[in-house]
Amino acid sequence: MNLDYLILALKNLRHRGIRSWLTLLGIFIGVTAVVALIGLGNGLQAAVSAQFGISSTEIITVQAGGLNAYGPPGSGVVNSLTKDDARAIENIGSVNRVLPRYIQTGKLEFNDRVIFGFASNVPRGDDADFMYEVNDLEIDKGRMLGGSDSNKVVLGANFFVDKVGLEKEVVLGDNVLVQDKSFRVVGILKKKGSFVWDSIVLMDQVALEDLFDTGDDVDVIVAHIKDPDLMDRAAEDIAKLLRKRRDVDEGEEDFEVSTPEATMETVNSILGGVQAFIIIIASISILVGALGIVNTMTTSVLERKKEIGIMKAIGGTNWQIFMQFFFESGLLGLIGGLVGAVLGTLISVAGVAGINSFLGSDMTPVVDFMLIGMALFGSFMIGAIAGIVPAMSAAKQNPVEALRG
Amino acid sequence: MAKEVKKEFIRLRNVSKHYPMGDSVVKALSHLEFKVYEGEFVAIMGPSGSGKSTAMNLVGSLDMPTFGTIYLDDADISELSESDLAQIRGKKIGFIFQSFNLIPNLTVKENVMLPMMFQGTSVEERAGRAEELLKLVELHDRMDHYPGEISGGQMQRVAIARSLANDPEVILADEPTGNLDTKTGDIVMHFLEKLNKQGKTIIMVTHDPDLAEEYADVVYWLLDGKLEKVTKRVGSRFIDVTKKKKKEAALNGVPSKKGTKVPIKSGKSNGVK
Repeated sequence: MNLDYLILALKNLRHRGIRSWLTLLGIFIGVTAVVALIGLGNGLQAAVSAQFGISSTEIITVQAGGLNAYGPPGSGVVNSLTKDDARAIENIGSVNRVLPRYIQTGKLEFNDRVIFGFASNVPRGDDADFMYEVNDLEIDKGRMLGGSDSNKVVLGANFFVDKVGLEKEVVLGDNVLVQDKSFRVVGILKKKGSFVWDSIVLMDQVALEDLFDTGDDVDVIVAHIKDPDLMDRAAEDIAKLLRKRRDVDEGEEDFEVSTPEATMETVNSILGGVQAFIIIIASISILVGALGIVNTMTTSVLERKKEIGIMKAIGGTNWQIFMQFFFESGLLGLIGGLVGAVLGTLISVAGVAGINSFLGSDMTPVVDFMLIGMALFGSFMIGAIAGIVPAMSAAKQNPVEALRG
Repeated sequence: MAKEVKKEFIRLRNVSKHYPMGDSVVKALSHLEFKVYEGEFVAIMGPSGSGKSTAMNLVGSLDMPTFGTIYLDDADISELSESDLAQIRGKKIGFIFQSFNLIPNLTVKENVMLPMMFQGTSVEERAGRAEELLKLVELHDRMDHYPGEISGGQMQRVAIARSLANDPEVILADEPTGNLDTKTGDIVMHFLEKLNKQGKTIIMVTHDPDLAEEYADVVYWLLDGKLEKVTKRVGSRFIDVTKKKKKEAALNGVPSKKGTKVPIKSGKSNGVK
């Protein structure tokens, strides 16, 4: 029986004028905004996580600067971290081991072209594998650097895929000049979705220290913690130690100790704020849409008064007439939601593609069917609820008066 | 042709309908006595403003009387809920309106199916019956057209098919030829006559005395909201049975007030046409 109302409502909607459809704009815009922005937000979140590039949850990163947490690591820092700082951190009880990391900017020459990019170190021995693991690096072609590879490099995926301004892809066995010194390419990394890592030049740690004359300074200290439960405690201990070593008070740190969790929390809180704002705007839009439906259904009841009279004369009960208008109203909302969900999904897919091309990431767009399902159900319900009062007024029509039109 | 007259189907007992209009009251209908037996062809005749539309609404149980009682199949309709009344109306009465009153957004076939939907008939059954009925009114080739795409005469035939959807006991036709030219009006009346011959009770409201007397067995003549007379077909002519009833009532000592309180008994011999 309910299917009958649905079919009847659909038939009636087919003959609706443009005015009825225009009243759906509110619902349509609201749902588009919600679906697009939540989809984009998810994409953005994943992209940002990839930028940090750390897959392990037992890692604490320390870098100098404090206020510059999201810029290139170590850039513009006056008071750098040192190898001694790294050794001191390694002595903290909860810390398993420590990796000093360098991320240096320099020039690379190949095919008579010069580009500027990032170079990073591969430590020797066991630490090399640990570094690959912590940063979730995998080799695509060739091999990773080993112990005696001081004049060899492994390059990020973009050197092969995008040619990164060199106008010729770099292949295994090619020689590149880094800071005017020749290195042979022995490996290409798998694409990682992070601009820095996909454009990186990885070289032996000693070679890098010589080449960039880093002295005692390090850019980032990566500490591996023994137990995930000790993360907060370890972060606190590291901060305390560094405050003492660098002679700064609490709250005035010139360094930053961050856990992956804290980093993600910061990202999430920013994204969450943006999403909350969008959801408020979308809610207002949907409310306006609902009022539009109330309006269009009320007009429709007035316009179709005679039709209501006919239906009553030929045996339609109040409930049956109520149900017909109720379904019609719900369907109006659903159609608004459907168009909104399709457009919202397209926008979020396009947005993710935009993020990819901007950040050089490799995100696949996330189509959240649960979200779309909820948006559609929600739009139907908003429409149906908005239609309750008009549907009741339709059902209550006196048949004789209604037949007069 | 002789028709077997069966049970009383609709009865209005001393029914009045008043409409408040500002400070005054418009008496659309006063003290109407009316009854219809199964299988009869009854006409309610009267000029504009005589109260015949009001009478039709009451007979069709679309409206409630201000005073008096209406019995539909022996049930007092004032005791039924609005929804029960709608259900009974849908099942027992088929309406045909002067302005056809088809639903423009539905095809011809869907219009015929609609009363059956309200009765909870299955889709397959509805579709089958609608096709059958449209064949009956010779419109099966127009089933998928919309009302706006067919002529007035065809629309009225669709309305006839629709009125038969739930196989009602009575067809209530309000000026069925009012919006049609003579030729198409004749076709529509031919269908009604045919239905009556097949045993359907027909109640027709009209302002045209010739039409009333051409087709009906009994004619209720209304004037200024009151029943002026009742005439019945006897052979090829109509006789005024109001006076006879009044006379009978007077002889039996029943007080009569302008003939409106006198129960009019049609008698069993009145089904002759």
